[in-house]
Amino acid sequence: MLNLWRFINKYNAFFFLIIYLTISFILLIRNNDFQRASTFNTSNQIVGSIYQEVNSVNKYLDLNLVNDSLAQENIRLRNQLKSSFLDDSIVTKLVTDTVHRVKYEYILAEVINKSITSRNNYITINRGSREGIKKGMGVIGPSGVVGIVWNVSENFASIQSILHEDTRITSSIEGTPYFGPLIWEGKDPSTVTLTDIPNQLDLKPKARVITSGLGVIFPKGILIGTVLKSGVKGGGSFLDISVKLATNFYALQYVYVIKNNFQTEQEVLEQANKESLNE
Amino acid sequence: MNSIIKNIIRYILLVLIQVFLLKNTVLFGLNTPYLYILFILLLPFETPNWLLFFLSFLIGLNIDIFNDTVGLHAASCVITAFVRVSITSITVQKDNYESDPEPTLAIMGFRWFFFYALVLTFVHHFFLLNFEVFRFSEIPATISRVFLSSLFTLTLIFIAELLFFRKKQRK
Repeated sequence: MLNLWRFINKYNAFFFLIIYLTISFILLIRNNDFQRASTFNTSNQIVGSIYQEVNSVNKYLDLNLVNDSLAQENIRLRNQLKSSFLDDSIVTKLVTDTVHRVKYEYILAEVINKSITSRNNYITINRGSREGIKKGMGVIGPSGVVGIVWNVSENFASIQSILHEDTRITSSIEGTPYFGPLIWEGKDPSTVTLTDIPNQLDLKPKARVITSGLGVIFPKGILIGTVLKSGVKGGGSFLDISVKLATNFYALQYVYVIKNNFQTEQEVLEQANKESLNE
Repeated sequence: MNSIIKNIIRYILLVLIQVFLLKNTVLFGLNTPYLYILFILLLPFETPNWLLFFLSFLIGLNIDIFNDTVGLHAASCVITAFVRVSITSITVQKDNYESDPEPTLAIMGFRWFFFYALVLTFVHHFFLLNFEVFRFSEIPATISRVFLSSLFTLTLIFIAELLFFRKKQRK
């Protein structure tokens, strides 16, 4: 027994290494589990409120960039107003009042914490389940798509940003019928890759990449970025297109969470399809 | 007592700098400095092993909590602590020094400190970035991130050490 104790004592550093490494790995693996609500999460109250305090100071530093992006968004929206088009139509048509059937609602939220430089990046916002945010909702910024809601607590929510290896946003190139998933390869936080686009497509540089409207998360036509360059990888029949993201994650201060009022209906229907196939 | 207070202040300061300043600082793509490992580097030589490992684990976990990556920094910090124990037991003979030596640039000299900081930084970054990606297919890209991030961290470590270098000489 004494000899065993001496042995442990002599190589104590090694045993400490084993003990603490085991604890770390248990924490790492438990926390990776998607379904488990984590206790150590920035959506957790204490860390969330610390970040909110720091952010209230920090946000003045980016004020110029944030103002710019909000002003640009205003211009874009103003250009879409009916009053900015010349009204030359003489056709009268029946207008159906659709106000009671709004499909997408937007919830404004402020970014209180973000990571950009990791392999998998998350953003924390100051809205949570109390404001009706649920897991899986889409998130956009003033200039383009940002990510998908990942975990929600009462007052905070964390977003899995486009800059994450598991995020796949179905997108297409404006004016073409083709669509494919968007992948971040973990090299540069301003470019992502659009895959699965057939290579017969004649691609113009600077073409706009937009959300495809397939699926239940994003409405059709929200800007993701512009085409940088494209090429066929290894003689395949699909293009790999580099896309420059429209969202500048460094200056991201305000985001909109998209609530789809018909999400459950669509999901239940699609689930029923799968089940009847399996039978 | 003095040394304990100094280390507590260093701990708090380094965590704050890392979490609120360096977290999204980027050089060439995705290379971030992890300056907080300076705390593990500068713990005095007479720190018992159990305390060294506990403190390394603690500061790693602390960074993790702010980064939503529980266990990632903790694991790489513990490995760094183990390498530190091995290096100091090989290279430092405590009898050669009159009063308690500390692993700082001012006391141990440039050559020793450079070697020490280089090895520990590289080990920490290697394990941190590889645990984070956790995929064999991305190892070449990760290694280049390890080198550039290490360079960035080392520069900051030496700037921090040189800032406090003169102060100790004057004493």
